[in-house]
Amino acid sequence: MPLDEATHKEFKVVGTRPLRPDGVDKVTGRAMFGADMSAPGMLHAAILRSPHAHARIVGIDVSRALAASGVKAVVTRPDFAGDLKGESWNVLENVMASDRALYDGHAVAAVAATTQLAARDALKLIDVEYQPLPHVTDVDEAMRKEAPTIREGVADASVPKGMHPNVVRYHESGHGDVEKGFQEADLVLERKFRTEAAHQGYIEPHACLAQMGPDSKGELWCCTQGHFNVAKVCASLLGIDASQLRVTASEIGGGFGGKTTVFIEPVALALSRKTNRPVKIVMNRAEVFRATGPTSSSSINVKIGMTKNGRITAGEGEFRLQGGAFPGSPMEFAAMCAFAPYSLEHVRNVGWDVICNRPKQAAYRAPGSPMGAFAVESVIDELCNELGLDTIEVRLKNASREGTKASFGPKFDRIGLVETLEAAKAHPHYSASLKSGQGRGVSCGFWFNHSGETAVSLALSEDGTVSVSVGTPDIGGSRASIGLMAAEALGIDYEKVRTTIADTATLGYNDISHGSRVTYASGLATIKAASDTIDKLCSRAAEEWGIDREAVVWEEGHARPAGPNAGDFEPMSLARIASRMGRTGGPIVGHYETTPEGAGVSFATHLVDAEVDRETGATKILRYTVVQDAGKAIHPSYVEGQYQGGAAQGIGWALNEEYIYGEDGRLQNAGFLDYRIPVASDLPMIDTVIIEVPNPGHPYGVRGVGETSICPPLAAIANAVSNAAGVRLTELPMSPPRILKALDEAENG
Amino acid sequence: MSMIHVRTTVNGDEIEFVCDPRETMLDALRDRLALTGAKEGCGTGDCGACSITLNGRLVCACLMLAAEAEGGEIGTVEGIADGENLHALQRKFLEHAALQCGVCTPGILVAAKSLLERNKNPSETEIRYWLAGNLCRCTGYDKIVRAVSDAAQELRECA
Repeated sequence: MPLDEATHKEFKVVGTRPLRPDGVDKVTGRAMFGADMSAPGMLHAAILRSPHAHARIVGIDVSRALAASGVKAVVTRPDFAGDLKGESWNVLENVMASDRALYDGHAVAAVAATTQLAARDALKLIDVEYQPLPHVTDVDEAMRKEAPTIREGVADASVPKGMHPNVVRYHESGHGDVEKGFQEADLVLERKFRTEAAHQGYIEPHACLAQMGPDSKGELWCCTQGHFNVAKVCASLLGIDASQLRVTASEIGGGFGGKTTVFIEPVALALSRKTNRPVKIVMNRAEVFRATGPTSSSSINVKIGMTKNGRITAGEGEFRLQGGAFPGSPMEFAAMCAFAPYSLEHVRNVGWDVICNRPKQAAYRAPGSPMGAFAVESVIDELCNELGLDTIEVRLKNASREGTKASFGPKFDRIGLVETLEAAKAHPHYSASLKSGQGRGVSCGFWFNHSGETAVSLALSEDGTVSVSVGTPDIGGSRASIGLMAAEALGIDYEKVRTTIADTATLGYNDISHGSRVTYASGLATIKAASDTIDKLCSRAAEEWGIDREAVVWEEGHARPAGPNAGDFEPMSLARIASRMGRTGGPIVGHYETTPEGAGVSFATHLVDAEVDRETGATKILRYTVVQDAGKAIHPSYVEGQYQGGAAQGIGWALNEEYIYGEDGRLQNAGFLDYRIPVASDLPMIDTVIIEVPNPGHPYGVRGVGETSICPPLAAIANAVSNAAGVRLTELPMSPPRILKALDEAENG
Repeated sequence: MSMIHVRTTVNGDEIEFVCDPRETMLDALRDRLALTGAKEGCGTGDCGACSITLNGRLVCACLMLAAEAEGGEIGTVEGIADGENLHALQRKFLEHAALQCGVCTPGILVAAKSLLERNKNPSETEIRYWLAGNLCRCTGYDKIVRAVSDAAQELRECA
């Protein structure tokens, strides 16, 4: 049966707002996060990091450290697998440097000792001889001919000849003839934009506890968005078998994409193997900033043509993103998402992936898309201002709809962009009056959403309660939404379901909790596992009644005869069948394994009012409204939470947050005091409107919601600030010095 | 380095421990007393995830030396609920879905309780400025502010 035929119209528990199952643990301090686990005989480890942006590692002498009191082992690169290639080599090189330190904060050695203080003290006794090399940290500078080469031979076959070796991948997409399109326009604007790297800024630093013996069998506890991936990657980096490493995901204190890879886990395992004792590593905040993956910084050119009545005739974008010292910046996502909200006859995007001396970028919530939207939506705003057009009307006129050929190729299925624009237009926020010095900004945003490998198991207890095992760490309340979907599908109360994040030895492989995929994919697999369970429940009832399986249906939590012809039997509840399952054929367990297709793309429209202080350059966000298509909001409170959280992170990225590098290539603001994420007093209430245009690829219509919410804010806020200040801001963050400079340039030429 | 002997009270219980002179109160709570509710988000007093009270005053446990607990009274998130009865703030945080990942929640609850002990009817602005030292990266603070405000109202009505 195609999934869309199963789309439910009426729901009993889906769409309600019950308490989350892990709630009491989390308000009492009982919940176990990465750093909260300990083991008998445990050692503590600390990591030595390069103070240089780029340097040859001439030698590492660990003898003084090993002689120190309490020190049990030191590991360096030779303690890891030596035969890796491709992305595995990149990940290992990032986890522990080989012959070169590639960025400030790059790990070069690690110590395990009896106490954390002893481990940290011992770092000072490791003698590393560095030979500093020329460095580059800026994406535009890294592409120039005179830029130092970070690493030779990294570029793949996509890169056109003649480019600097720091350009490692190239992307092109689009359709039509943009030159022809620009000729049809009444006004063509081209602007250059820059965004700085922002960190995901999860409050919980990376932490893990590893146990591995000389038999290469291991246990790992860690905060991660994907423990199955951790098992796979760690096994590869240590040269052991993936199935011999059981990984358990702790509660996770935020990830936003930043915990989709490994940093400390292989190091803890290597130290544990060497000492034959449990080893715990907890990063400090400076390490999180210096050595984990922030998002890319970008340099973008966008050119758009528009007619006097607001039709976009052509769009063209050039996207240059650096992803640190390794390939992988999300330049193609920036390019593919930038124009996605619009139905364009002529569109062309090119992208360059650039390496430089910064930490290896990691995913950050819709990687690439916010930067692309910032550029395109800023130019659209400026075109609307120049032509005297309403910004929402213009977006509606050009909006992508079902059947539109997307700027990145395929045709859109059923989508809800127009619905978000209509709701934004009708919202009181859009018609509220503004005072002098205040400005309003609008932006749309798009994200693909992801599906990924998924396995779910659903086991009945004899008392009629249900245990759902999923393999996707709960990063924002997903156990509640999984529980709701299981209860809905089985026709039982939400309170009868308990959802657990199973370890890697218990369930089939599950892709990471990323790509806004959990409520979609684990939800779909949960509903399918419930169907499998129902099939087994109906079979037990059929056997007991002595009728065919086909003559039994499942309704409202009960097996019932399908009709008068099936026989006259009292409906049998799930609890009754479960109570006798030991005697009627054994335990009843449903399961489902899939890599679903049909994640369902998602669109949002944001409205924001900002006020700019022309003396200090400070910006205050006065009002913020998020309108986003959720497909179907399973637990609306946590959908709203994703909308609000994405907006808040976007506000930080737009106004404050940036990686600041000195001339020496070292990160100058590796702490929450100087890398300032929004605090409570910076923000207004964030209003939300949930649009529900069902995703035909999910039984209940779910679209992922986690990432789209950060796509519009950069542009929406830039448009609000530009309209308030009367001058176009094209560089993020729009910190007070940048705003003052822009005001000064506008006034004094 | 010789250890320091500390005698203190944590959530009403008399406790003794020894610690390194350099050790923070946060490390002593987490590693010596097995009270892992307070979290280390930064270690520099910027994030508030380790918020505790010392003699009724809100402090960052990461900025306090363990030895400073001598003779004092420490309050942590583990002491907020009264047995099986959650504090109004804890219930309201759950009802309002005021947490996503929940790692900042212990610190925010300790800080919010400290606010409500001083100000029974805080305005939205007062809540926002009092909690400005407690970073949350998931929620955008909207539901947190609502939960604190709602808890304050309930506590006023029950008083």
